[in-house]
This record gives sequence, C-alpha cells and structure tokens, in this order.
Amino acid sequence: MHAKAYAQGVVAGRLDPVEISAGFGDLHPPLDDHEALVAADRCYFCHDAPCITACPTDIDIPLFIRQIATGTPDAAAKTILRQNIMGGMCARVCPTETLCEEACVREMAEGKPVDIGRLQRYATDGLMAAGVHPFTRAAPTGKRIAVVGAGPAGLACAHRLAMKGHDVVLFDARPKAGGLNEYGIAAYKSTNDFAAQEVEWLLKIGGISLLTGKKLGRDITLQELRADYDAVFLGVGLGSVNALIAPGADKEGVLDAVDFIADLRQSTDLASLPVGRDVVVIGGGMTAVDAAVQAKLLGALNVTMIYRRGRARMNASRFEQDLAAAKGVRIITNAAPVALHGNGAVREIECEYTDDALVPTGEKFRIPADQVFCAIGQTLEGGALPDLDGRKIAITGAGRTSVVGVWAGGDCAAGGDDLTVTAVAEGRDAAEDIHIALMGATAGAAG
Amino acid sequence: MADLTTDFVGIKSPNPFWLASAPPTDKEYNVRRAFEAGWGGVVWKTLGEAGPPVVNVNGPRYGAIWGADRRLLGLNNIELITDRPLEVNLREIKAVKRDYPDRALIVSLMVPCVEEAWKAILPLVEETGADGVELNFGCPHGMSERGMGSAVGQVPEYIEMVTRWVKQNTPMPCIVKLTPNITDVKQPALAAMRGGADAVSLINTINSITSVDLDLFAPEPTIDGKGAHGGYCGPAVKPIALNMVAEIARTPEMAHLPISGIGGVTTWKDAAEFMALGAGNVQVCTAAMTYGFKIVQEMISGLSDYMDKKGMAATSELVRKAVPNLSDWQHLNLNYIAKAKIDQDLCISCGRCFAVCEDTSHQAIAMSEDRTFTVKDDECVACNLCVNVCPVEDCITMEQMAAGAIDPRTGKTVQPDYANWTTHPNNPGAVTAAE
Repeated sequence: MHAKAYAQGVVAGRLDPVEISAGFGDLHPPLDDHEALVAADRCYFCHDAPCITACPTDIDIPLFIRQIATGTPDAAAKTILRQNIMGGMCARVCPTETLCEEACVREMAEGKPVDIGRLQRYATDGLMAAGVHPFTRAAPTGKRIAVVGAGPAGLACAHRLAMKGHDVVLFDARPKAGGLNEYGIAAYKSTNDFAAQEVEWLLKIGGISLLTGKKLGRDITLQELRADYDAVFLGVGLGSVNALIAPGADKEGVLDAVDFIADLRQSTDLASLPVGRDVVVIGGGMTAVDAAVQAKLLGALNVTMIYRRGRARMNASRFEQDLAAAKGVRIITNAAPVALHGNGAVREIECEYTDDALVPTGEKFRIPADQVFCAIGQTLEGGALPDLDGRKIAITGAGRTSVVGVWAGGDCAAGGDDLTVTAVAEGRDAAEDIHIALMGATAGAAG
Repeated sequence: MADLTTDFVGIKSPNPFWLASAPPTDKEYNVRRAFEAGWGGVVWKTLGEAGPPVVNVNGPRYGAIWGADRRLLGLNNIELITDRPLEVNLREIKAVKRDYPDRALIVSLMVPCVEEAWKAILPLVEETGADGVELNFGCPHGMSERGMGSAVGQVPEYIEMVTRWVKQNTPMPCIVKLTPNITDVKQPALAAMRGGADAVSLINTINSITSVDLDLFAPEPTIDGKGAHGGYCGPAVKPIALNMVAEIARTPEMAHLPISGIGGVTTWKDAAEFMALGAGNVQVCTAAMTYGFKIVQEMISGLSDYMDKKGMAATSELVRKAVPNLSDWQHLNLNYIAKAKIDQDLCISCGRCFAVCEDTSHQAIAMSEDRTFTVKDDECVACNLCVNVCPVEDCITMEQMAAGAIDPRTGKTVQPDYANWTTHPNNPGAVTAAE
C-alpha cells in the first residue's frame, strides 16, 4: 500500500505511478492477427444482418469481417470508414453491448457475440497505422461551408463535405479538435492520444481549415457565418453542465465530472493529478462511470456513485456498470443528495432514498466525501440559435434546423442517443443533405 | 461394452481401427506408440525393393485446406514410400510384431512390375511374422512416374497380374490397395479379385493441387518455386471414399470381397459409416497426423457406445448394414414428399436459409419484419439447402408429408405407394406396368 493511500482530502500521488499507468491502459486491448482471424471466423455472414441495423452508421459488419477473415483487413477498414469516418474511435467507445453485439445472432445462439468492436478496431488501426487516408476529394464545387464544433458530428460532417469537393472551415471553441473524443471520455478508452491522431488522419482528406479557440456567440456568430458561407453546420455539443441544486453544493471539492475528465485527459502526468480519498459521483450515465472509474484508478480509496433512480434506468450500459463494480466502485441507486456538509471544503454528503417515482422516502444517510463529481447532465449553451425542441436544437430530416442554410447534429440536436457513433451518423447525413441542397437534387447520385 | 474385436481376412485385431500405410507407420518408434495408444492394427509404411532407398524432397511435403477455426479439412502430400533401408524396416517390423502379437501388422509393398521383384521381397516379409501384405497400387505421385503405385492401379490387367504373382508366392493374406484416380473403381476391384486378392482397401489419395501461392505464382506445397501434384486425403475426401467403398460393396460378384475402408476417417462415426457401407475395418492416417494417436480412444469408446445403443454385440453386425439401402436415382421414391420446417425456438435469425433459398434456390422461405423465417410450403421442394447452411443443428428439419395430404406446391394428393422414374409418365422410356 502506497504511503498516501489513506491521506484525507484531495491529494496527488495516492498510487505508485506504475500502478496508475497500468490502470489506465487500454480497456479492450487490440486483437493481434491470430486473434482477429479466430474472432472473424465466428461471424455467420447473416442475411440483412441485425448488427448492421443496430449500428447507427449502418456499417456493413458481415462484409468487413469477411474481408478480415480473407486476409484483406485494409479493405475491411475501407468498408467501415466509408460509412463511419470515425470508425477507429467508435470501435473503442461504442457501447457495442447495446448496439451491434447485442443484435449479433451469436449473442442469441450462445450468449457470446462476435467481437465486432475489436474487429473494427483491428481493421481501422491497421490502415491508420500505415498512414493511409483511403478517400479522395471530388472536383472542387466552389462552395464554402462553416462547420461549428470539431467533435464527432462536426468532424464527420466536415470530412464528408470535403470529400464532395466543398471547402470547409471547421471552428472549435477549445484549443484542440476532437470534442468529447478529446476531452470527454475515459482515458482507458482512448489511449496513446488516439483522439488527436484520428483528427490528424481525418483531416488528410484536405479542404478543411481548422480554426480552434473560436466559440460560437463569443468569437463568431451564426449571423456572420450565414452571411459568409454557403451553409452552416452546428455540432457544438452541450457546453454547459447542469448544476447540482442542494445546500452546500458550492463547497470546495464539488466539481463537474466533465471538467475532471477533461483535466485528466489533457494531463501528461496522471500521477500528478490530485484526487479525493472518499469520492462521490452523482449521476448514472456514461460520464458518471467514466469519472468514478478514473477516480478509482487514480487511487481514491472509496468511490461511490449515487443515482436517483433504479439500476434499470441508469444510462450507463450494463457493461459500464459492471466495469465500475469490477474496479471497486460502489453504486447506490434510488438515492438523491440533499445536502453537502463541511467547513469550507466538502467532508460529507447527505442523501435521501427515493422511490421509483423520485418521491423522497424520508430515509437518509451520510457518507464521507472529500470530492464530489456532478454528472447530472449537460445543457445546450448560447443564444441566437435556431428554434429549440425542448432543450436542444430542433431538426427535421437530415439535421435541417428552423433557419434556412443551417443544419445541426450531434448532442446539440434533438433526437438520437448522445453517442459518438450517433453524432458521426448525424454529421455525415447532414453533409449529404447540405450537398444536395447546394448542388441540386441530382447531386446525391452523382456525388 | 460391445466387443470390437475384428477378424479381417483371418487377421484378428482388438478393434477395427488400423493406421494406414503412411508417415505415422514408417518406423518402430511410431508404431510402438500407436499400439500403446490403442490402435488395433497398423499397415507399415510401404517398403520398396532392396538397394538404395528412395529419396524425398527436402522442402514441404504437405499442403492443407482449412475450415473454420483453421480446422484441417484436407491434406495433400508428395512424400514417397519409406526412405529407410529395407533391412532396417524388416528388423523393426519383426521386433514390433513379436512384442504385440495381438495387434494386426500388415506390410505395405511396392516393387517394380516384374515377378522376380515380388518373389524377392515376399519371403523377407514372411520372415518378420507380419500378418499380411497390402499392395500399394494407389500412390499417385512420384512412384507412379516410375511405373509403380497408381500407374499399376490404373490398369486392371496389371493389378490382376501382380496380385496373382503375390498369391502364388506367399501364403500371407493379400490386400490390394486401390487408387481413386480412375473412372470406375469396380474395374480395378474386380481385377484384384480375379487375381486372388483376399481383400481390397480404398481409397488411396486423390490427385490434387492444394493451393497456389499468389505471390510466387506456384502450386503449393512449393519446392524452390515449383509445385507438383500430390495425393489428397483427410475429411474432405470422405464422401468420395464412401461412394467408392459402396460401389464395390453393392456389386453382387464382390459382395463377399472384404473391404478395408480408408479416406477421411476422423471420428468413430466416420468409421461406423464406412463399416455400414461394407468396410470390415477402417484405416486412418490424416486424423492421426492432425491430432496424434490418442484419437483412437474416442473412436473405441464412440463405436462401442453406438453398438451398445444399437444392441450390436460384434462389429460384424454393423458391417454392410446400410448396403441394402444403396440405390440408384431412378429407383428413388418420387411419391415421397417432404417440406422444410424451421423450429422457431431454436432459430437465431441469421437469415442464411433465406439468403440461399431466395438467391440460389426456390424462393421458399419468407422473412418478416421482425426476422422470423418461415417456409413457404407452396414453394418448398425439400431440397435441403437450408438445412445444410443453417448454423444451428436440428433447427431446420425435413418433415415427410403424410399420404392423403395435399402438397400445396403441386396441388396434388400425396400418394401412399412407391413410384419411381422408371414408370413416371414424364419418362419417355417409361416401362408401363403390365396390365
């Protein structure tokens, strides 16, 4: 046991650096050639395969697996990337257990689906490692399109537009492109700076100018973009974090989970990151799990997730819940924070059990907490946006907003799951729609 | 436990599982290990005449075909007969036979097509105490270029002649091993019988090129950039071997000619199938070369369990059990009508049955929005392709229609009686039954 393991408060170096780096290794290590052949061998090459239907980007999974099985993984990569230019990241972060692998007939047959996610990674990693960008641009169209937000939706949209021969200016508020891939997911899902590498590889298509540090509403406005460009795509994500409303929520040590994850992702020395001894994460989604597991991996002694509803309602998939449990995270369900205690810094969190209708039961408990991460959802930020549907941008068809010439996709747009793969699909489809809108009805077929 | 003791042309062995003449039986070391593992008999790898032994290539001798999970399905070889001195082999055969008197030990032979050559070698084999000889008229590569092996086996007159020489020059039982690289296996078998053979064994390996190296543009296995055809064996050849065994077994004049079945025997079940089609015992090579000698334990327990379940006390009860059911197409019952049936509880909705039926057969399977697959009885001709491609065992079955029911495909009533092509109205040569 390391010397600082029991230290109270938020401190760095709870674990040996070697232990930390081992913990943050690849969650799903890549398949080697032999493993890939064995895994590919299990695919039945189903007719109109359920896995394709389950994939938000409609990747022809049986075809790419057959291409791996027959010794042509680069062809497999092209099959994947044609549908999903971020197939490499999706292979790492997709909750495959609720998408393609859940639909796999071998899941039904023997409870063990084909290892689709890792096969996809095998194919795409190979092509990307060779530095090959398999797509080329169509003849220049002379059209210029502004894409706001360089996350999965914006990148997918920009790439598809560039392929069609359009010139794209890609804006992002942060210093680096990648969006949640770069800032918002657990480090063990994107090791070796993969998010940044993927962006660099994606931009090799050409025709995309990336402008970072440009925030919509601060540095650029939708009105200006509409005037200066032939079309605008908004893929700005959800910039603001829902606040925890409870007495004491302003105490020191109460933080947004997304900021914790972003800091962790941008850190070059994980051992230098401070973490609490008793960490509590409020929320039941993927972000909550990412924060909780990473707090544990940094050396937090006790990590507890508190979710207000029952386990079945948690947004984190069963796999993610099990991952958290396996790493030693305690999950308390049907409980909501009612107060945070402590003199300046948080020391304890007080919760109350709730029933399934979120009605407080009067049963309360307190647990030690020197660090509290809130992961209770994010909200679209900024004004002067197209009409909203609820708290997100309303869209019809392939991302068309209420404003002519403006499309939207990804987490900022209404509808769809807030997944990387969904964002990619929405960005891609919006690009196709923009292309048709700019070039006429026949463009789709010709492009 | 059923008694697996087998008497094949007077040669007794504790079970019907012999190792075929091949690399696994090339020397004392291997054969002793085989007998320790439980093999009932061994056909020693083919001996040639005295003098300088043959030489083998020093590059790859084998090539393979794989199925799922790289399971070996077919093996090809270009190895020749034993490349060890004759006297060494004879000495080892004698030593092994002395130590394993209860096992069958047969010596495979291949010498030039002159009587003196056979007269010279047969007494040497007799002296070892071996139980019999097998004449290798089947090897399709290398030796055939020198007028031996399948070069003899492809000319029935030579088979008869050499077999007669052997029978005239030794009292040992003589098994003639046949090549499948002919058009009608009955001709060489009949020739062997005319020559006095006590039994035939088949099949030897099939002429084959396993694959082509697409970088070198050379057949595989490749020796210094070139490839020659080899002999194909293993599970892939079993259907061919079964048919050839059956062809001999169902020919009335050969009904009593003992057959040693060879060709892709990998499990007890394969062995039982060969025996049911007329083989008195089986010989195994590729399965041992794939998994080692231990597989014989599964063969012994499996055949024994099966015979117990069937109430068979001796292997002789299994031999030829399926021969009466060997028929010709023209005698198959055209009034037998079946339909495919999909067990929805077992179906995993892969849709492969639909894809193959829709694309390549009779459009007789329907697919619903929720991926439920059902057979359209009004289109199904019971071709069995859906059964063959379904990954789940017993999920799709062929169900016979009862007599009196209406076949929705033809609208005709299923007839209870047997009727075949020879009397079918569509047959221009149909023979009208006597009024």
